[in-house]
Amino acid sequence: MCGPAHLGPAVTVSMTGSAQAIDVSNLHKRFGPLEVLKGVSLSARQGDVVAIIGGSGSGKSTFLRCINMLELPSAGTVSIHGETIDMKKDRHGGLMPANRRQVQRLRSRLGMVFQTFNLWQHMTVLQNVIEVPVHVLRQPRDQAIEVAEALLRRVGLFEKRDAYPAFLSGGQQQRAAIARALAIQPLVMLFDEPTSALDPELVGEVLAVIGDLAREKRTMILVTHEMKFARDVASHVVFLHNGIIEEEGPPDAIFGAPKSERLRKFISSIH
Amino acid sequence: MSDGLSGLPLYVPPKPRSLLEPHRLLLMAVFAGIILCAILFMRWDWLPTYGPRLLYGVWQTLVMLFWTASIGFLLAVPIGLVQVTGPRPLAWLARIFCTIIRGTPLLLQLWLLYYGLGSVFAQYPELRSSFLWPTLRQAWPYGFTALMISFAAYEGEVMRGAFAGVPRGELEAARAFGMSRWTAFRRIWLPRALHRALPTLAGETVLQLKSTPLVATITVIDVYAVISKVRQDTYLTYEPLLLLALIYLCLTAVLVVVFRYLESRIPTREA
Repeated sequence: MCGPAHLGPAVTVSMTGSAQAIDVSNLHKRFGPLEVLKGVSLSARQGDVVAIIGGSGSGKSTFLRCINMLELPSAGTVSIHGETIDMKKDRHGGLMPANRRQVQRLRSRLGMVFQTFNLWQHMTVLQNVIEVPVHVLRQPRDQAIEVAEALLRRVGLFEKRDAYPAFLSGGQQQRAAIARALAIQPLVMLFDEPTSALDPELVGEVLAVIGDLAREKRTMILVTHEMKFARDVASHVVFLHNGIIEEEGPPDAIFGAPKSERLRKFISSIH
Repeated sequence: MSDGLSGLPLYVPPKPRSLLEPHRLLLMAVFAGIILCAILFMRWDWLPTYGPRLLYGVWQTLVMLFWTASIGFLLAVPIGLVQVTGPRPLAWLARIFCTIIRGTPLLLQLWLLYYGLGSVFAQYPELRSSFLWPTLRQAWPYGFTALMISFAAYEGEVMRGAFAGVPRGELEAARAFGMSRWTAFRRIWLPRALHRALPTLAGETVLQLKSTPLVATITVIDVYAVISKVRQDTYLTYEPLLLLALIYLCLTAVLVVVFRYLESRIPTREA
């Protein structure tokens, strides 16, 4: 076997087994007059699998995208592994990163998986997976290839490593995208509705890979519509509604004994 | 029929075409006859005399094409890019430049540069005594500049479209993995845009090849100028012009093959 050491948990836990992985406090996001997030706080320890559920327009994707500053929050703070992202006021009264380098460095430790895969179409699957390790993290190419091949084998795409994304099915593309995110040895994996753009028969193969990652105690934050899956793999479930956390707790409590009326309605409408 | 598709015509894969089908043989015979007639009944005795000069002319045409297209394209990349990214004043400047150059005949631009700017330069004694004068009093710098500017303007438009057409998600993925703006541009945006623009660039380069004879009007000796000289000296009309057509045809074929090769390096799936 080549390099299994690279595939272990991305970070050795330095202090205790429950170090902070993500800490978001009082996050607001305004698009013009529309306030999409109205003060959302969330913290996840290492090894947590947080599932964020909610109807469309509830702000769950926006929230996830604020964690790596793909959307800039209007107010609030985001910390990753205890490091708070420095923000400053921009001209319009919103926030912007005070230090672009810091954001880039932290982003390169967050493995993002998109709803629409967003693989780079001019590169083969293998080139997609080694791109960030080689050109952002400055790892030696041979080492990156070794890690990438092991990851591709793991998501079942080793044979497709020299194929271009356009020639793969949606499920294969999403698995390649997951391998790309894993290749940076992320502190936290961020999944933004990873199965929403897939044909129903392809959802299973992607969920299998994500479930696998959850079981090996990778820290992840997962925005999803797959309720059964969220119940199976999540350690913590957050129900967002209209930009605030309506209810949160362990999956059995959320799905088994929902307290709020809205959550009850939401769950019954999904099933 | 046994399957459920009895209403549909059966799909018959096209037979591989042979070069030896009757209508093709006939066409080839006709074409060979025309060439044979041209060789036998037309006058080609001037060829050995002008051969070396013709080769020199072809070389000049190719040099002109290569450098005006290369440098023109290097200018086209920022011209296209600022129209997509801003800042707004630069975008306007680029747009005005493209509109003016694309909206006026190349021949006119060439003459304005050569007869206009060239004679203005000649009025300055400082310039006439400077080290630049030996270059500036020749014709080719003006021809070169006109062709280069023209290529930059047309390809600036092409690159604007190509940059704008790269899916946002792929650029977002680049940002999400911590790429700096420069890395994202160099590794993702530019190669993606180039790949999209290649078929158009191939066509535009062929057009540029066929614009080069215009420089003969300002006394630059390219292959067209050599052929004109042949016509003046020998009073022949068709023979030199036919040969000229054949030369441009061959050069175009070479360009097409080169661009085909570049395009085939990254396969595209027809949607």
